Amino acid sequence: MNVHEYQAKDLMRQFGISVLKGGVASTPAEAVEVAKKLETKVWVVKAQIHAGGRGKGGGVKLAKSIEEVEKLSKEILGMQLVTHQTGPEGKKVLKVLIEQGCDIDHEYYCGIVLDRSVGKLAFMVSTEGGMDIEKVAHDTPEKIIKAHICPATGFTPAVGRKLGFALGLKGETLNKAIKFFEGLYNLYVSKDCSIAEINPLVTTKQGDVLALDGKLNFDDNALFRHPEIEAMRDITEESAQELEAGKYGLSYISLDGNIGCLVNGAGLAMGTLDILKLHGGAPANFLDVGGGATKETVQKAFSIILQDSNVKAILVNIFGGIMKCDIIANGVVDAAKEMGLTVPLVVRLEGTNVALGKKILSESGLKITAANDLADAAQKAVAAAKGAK
Amino acid sequence: MAILINRNTKLITIGLTGKQGTFHTLQSRDYGTNVVGGVTPGKGGTIHEGIPVFNTTYEAVQETGANAAMVFVPPAFAADSILECIDAEIPLIIAITEGIPVGDMIKVKSALQGSKSRLIGPNCPGVITPGECKIGIMPGHIHMPGSVGVISRSGTLTYEAVFQLTQREIGQSTCVGIGGDPVNGTNFIDVLEMFEKDPDTKAVIMIGEIGGTAETEAARWIKKHMTKPVVSFIAGAAAPKGKRMGHAGAIISGADDSAEAKFRILQECGVTIARSPAELGQKVAEVLKK
Repeated sequence: MNVHEYQAKDLMRQFGISVLKGGVASTPAEAVEVAKKLETKVWVVKAQIHAGGRGKGGGVKLAKSIEEVEKLSKEILGMQLVTHQTGPEGKKVLKVLIEQGCDIDHEYYCGIVLDRSVGKLAFMVSTEGGMDIEKVAHDTPEKIIKAHICPATGFTPAVGRKLGFALGLKGETLNKAIKFFEGLYNLYVSKDCSIAEINPLVTTKQGDVLALDGKLNFDDNALFRHPEIEAMRDITEESAQELEAGKYGLSYISLDGNIGCLVNGAGLAMGTLDILKLHGGAPANFLDVGGGATKETVQKAFSIILQDSNVKAILVNIFGGIMKCDIIANGVVDAAKEMGLTVPLVVRLEGTNVALGKKILSESGLKITAANDLADAAQKAVAAAKGAK
Repeated sequence: MAILINRNTKLITIGLTGKQGTFHTLQSRDYGTNVVGGVTPGKGGTIHEGIPVFNTTYEAVQETGANAAMVFVPPAFAADSILECIDAEIPLIIAITEGIPVGDMIKVKSALQGSKSRLIGPNCPGVITPGECKIGIMPGHIHMPGSVGVISRSGTLTYEAVFQLTQREIGQSTCVGIGGDPVNGTNFIDVLEMFEKDPDTKAVIMIGEIGGTAETEAARWIKKHMTKPVVSFIAGAAAPKGKRMGHAGAIISGADDSAEAKFRILQECGVTIARSPAELGQKVAEVLKK
């Protein structure tokens, strides 16, 4: 789950991480109110959307007067902000963060993420902050300094020194940076983050260490123990269909093809998309009904797939492990009858109770194309979608 | 022979009395697995479906001599159950539970180091040695005893591969689902090493996915150490690039983790690749003929 920069900064404050003073606003008038309370000569107006690259897209602007804060807020609020992470349609800006300015001395990069290869958290810093950090990592990997954190000891001053000295910091600034890193690690672990990234982390001319930006992402599997994070969810940032699917334990991702897919298991669902493409088809979605699906969730899955008007054929590919084929078959038949299925339906069932599942399908009286195996299913679904054009 | 589990395996189920725990334990027992007990705190001393229930894993191990545990505990409490199994020194822990927080698994991974336990999973279908022992949620009837080892990050794709083998009357030595989570107990290389040493295994299917570097590391290990043929499929070539937040994930892996890149490296390392998941059975038949 993602949160906005202003929410990330609120959390950082709770963990003693220095951020600039500021506040969030939904209207230009609110923006002016926030700006007036800040003791500063320059203000930064920052669009709040769940995507990076906001500055380049025109969503981050500097204001030198309260009037300018109002003018820029008017421009940014409501705009369709396009960045390299939003896709060409962009995202509508509903909130802006108004922050005080600061005298930047140097910009750094700082991030925490799981290193899957060792099963530990990796703390990463770089002197090349504010830049395209992936390019830095690719071209000059020596400029990214990494430290793995032992889960038993947690963050230690030694890790802090390794990172701080690597950035060339010294004196009081070094101590502030170590405190900053420790705060970020504590935030990451206490709140079950999946990414914490500060780019840029800055030192100021006054010797302070500050997070100028902040991205936090949270482990969806751990949200059950963080109602305070769940409460930060901005549903305007999420796809309505994906949210709806999530309520029923379905994992759904919309794609741009025309073959609707209903599959059990993420791997087989991915494999199904792959084989459709290999046979010249284009999947309309990724949909994993999971292991514990019931008749109701299968029906729901169907209704979500059919909401996509691009869908010209549906492929159901089920290999029953936890799932039983008869439950899927009943769900398919009921959904097809209730919703008056208008597109061709190809069904491939295999696994637990497969004979019963096939019997339910063939006795349903519905026009269902049965497929014998995976390749057969893909070919029939691709042909059905082409025939339907 | 096979690997990990066989006729001598004595299984306890952690979370036995739950709906899923009960169903799949009985399915495993019906397949022939020697189920000696179960653990559900507060229900110790009772008998569930003919299986003795204990309050703690320590007690269950002491009383039954179990040498394998299958974990069916809900995600919020699963890591704690795995830690209890490690503490009770159970040699093999197979965690089926899906949705365990990554932060919990980082702690489990750390506790496994230097312990007497091996963890398979979590978020996996389990392990089966066809004709001998099944621990997990895979449909037993699609398997047949034989000499092909199967390792996979995905559950249902494993069934798909096994099904294709059995249809061609190619049996399996052992099938291992290592699970799809970012932090797991056992990786591809661990299992490849076991298959390489197992005289009953003649070829291996390795099914991977996009993301992470486990498959490329396995490819390099295969090139160096593996004498038996390996056939591989990577799922996700057609998956869209996810909406990413930040760059940290890409930086840490430091490599291209797309399906295309993984296929390329596997091929360079002498692995036979199947571009389509429907070709796995056929490719194995081809390498076995050589």
